[in-house]
Amino acid sequence: MIRVVLPFHLRTIARAEGELSLAVEDPVTIGAVLDAVESAHPALRGTIRDHVTQKRRPFVRFYACREDLSLEPADTRLPDAVVAGTEPFLIVGAMAGG
Amino acid sequence: MSSVRVLVGTKKGAFILAADAKREQWEVSGPHFAGWEMYHLKGSPADPNRIYASHTSGWFGQIIQRSDDGGKTWSIPGGKQARAPGEFPNGASNMFVYEGEVGTHKWYDGTQHPWEFKRIWHLEPSLTDPDTVFAGAEDAGMFKTTDGGGTWRELPGLRAAKGSLWQPGAGGMCLHTIVLDPSNAQRIYAAISAAGAFRTDDGGATWKPINRGLKSAYELPDPNADVGHCVHRIAMHRSRPGVLFMQKHWDVMRSDNAGDMWYEVSGNLPTDFGFPIDVHAHEPETIYVVPIKSDSEHFPPDGKLQVWRSRTGGNEWEPLTKGLPQEHCYVNVLRDAMAVDSLDSCGIYFGTTGGQVYVSADSGDSWKAIVHDLPSVYSVEVQTLP
Repeated sequence: MIRVVLPFHLRTIARAEGELSLAVEDPVTIGAVLDAVESAHPALRGTIRDHVTQKRRPFVRFYACREDLSLEPADTRLPDAVVAGTEPFLIVGAMAGG
Repeated sequence: MSSVRVLVGTKKGAFILAADAKREQWEVSGPHFAGWEMYHLKGSPADPNRIYASHTSGWFGQIIQRSDDGGKTWSIPGGKQARAPGEFPNGASNMFVYEGEVGTHKWYDGTQHPWEFKRIWHLEPSLTDPDTVFAGAEDAGMFKTTDGGGTWRELPGLRAAKGSLWQPGAGGMCLHTIVLDPSNAQRIYAAISAAGAFRTDDGGATWKPINRGLKSAYELPDPNADVGHCVHRIAMHRSRPGVLFMQKHWDVMRSDNAGDMWYEVSGNLPTDFGFPIDVHAHEPETIYVVPIKSDSEHFPPDGKLQVWRSRTGGNEWEPLTKGLPQEHCYVNVLRDAMAVDSLDSCGIYFGTTGGQVYVSADSGDSWKAIVHDLPSVYSVEVQTLP
């Protein structure tokens, strides 16, 4: 199972507590994981990536295994540790404040 | 016994304020959707327990929330999980896509800029059908649902009304006002900053600018232009749908012919800049505005928060100050942040960017704060319940 961590505001929208745990068929790519998140929680469609273009929203970032994957293409395979479930895929709201 | 329910949208969540007809003791619930910008909440006139809310974020985009129990519980209409194997749920209640060629509008610097959906500013439920709602968007456009918010379609005829000449105001290019004619379901008014006022007489298929008589000497190269005026708000009394009142960027205006021609009724106001305007529930010639010092100084003149009332449909105005702060007050009152109830003694409500929501249970003669310390108030609506 793939572990996915949502930012606080998207957890409230998804009514999810803690991490998501999702079945994703191989190949486990960024796009496949996002498909699985949206399939399990349709209210999140449009909040992470655009409804039509499927582009990542500008203030949303993707991290895994201490790497920033935000700019990687959707068909990028996720690291083995994410596929094995030992590390989560992080969906993060870009830092803002001061 | 009758009661009222006040729906408050703020910068950091929504609040619901409830009281009986005396409007003295208030129950406050919230924050609902804590931490999100709540541009607007509005109940269906056809079913008061049906409330729609625009729930938005610069990070995560637009979400529409719906309550079927008067705001106790909420759901996202398109948020149900797929039922059939292989079905991919579309989450379409969050989906606002402009129809056809997106096109361009004027940008701040005078160049052309493509339309980009940002958020829903205003939700206007149908007067007769709880499942039908009109939504005003930034970048300016109007969307409609007929399935309770499950899916939305644009009414693209509005942007065909010289949309390439529209331009954003300081708050963005937002469709912030939708007024439904209670005597004619085919007639709808819309107002956009900074494009002006528009009317459809065929249910939204085609629209025309209704800005004759507006003058914007300091904002437009042609002060009498057909579009481009920064209209802040339009109000109507149900009994006289052809009479409209407008708070423009500068100037309070009136039309007696459904917007075909406007004339100024600012009269003796201390300043005719402001945002909201509303009409008394039982007196169609009694109107309310909140004068703001200027477009550069968004606070009341001299730090005195005053609602001004005209009982003559404009031109002759009186300040209403009892119960409102008359020193050191530098809040603003935004365009969607004033409402009236329809109890026998008409109640007037407004919210401030300082987080106060004020009520007057006597048509504006005296005021008191229901709450003092909410986040900055974006919108105030009131439901009068039997």
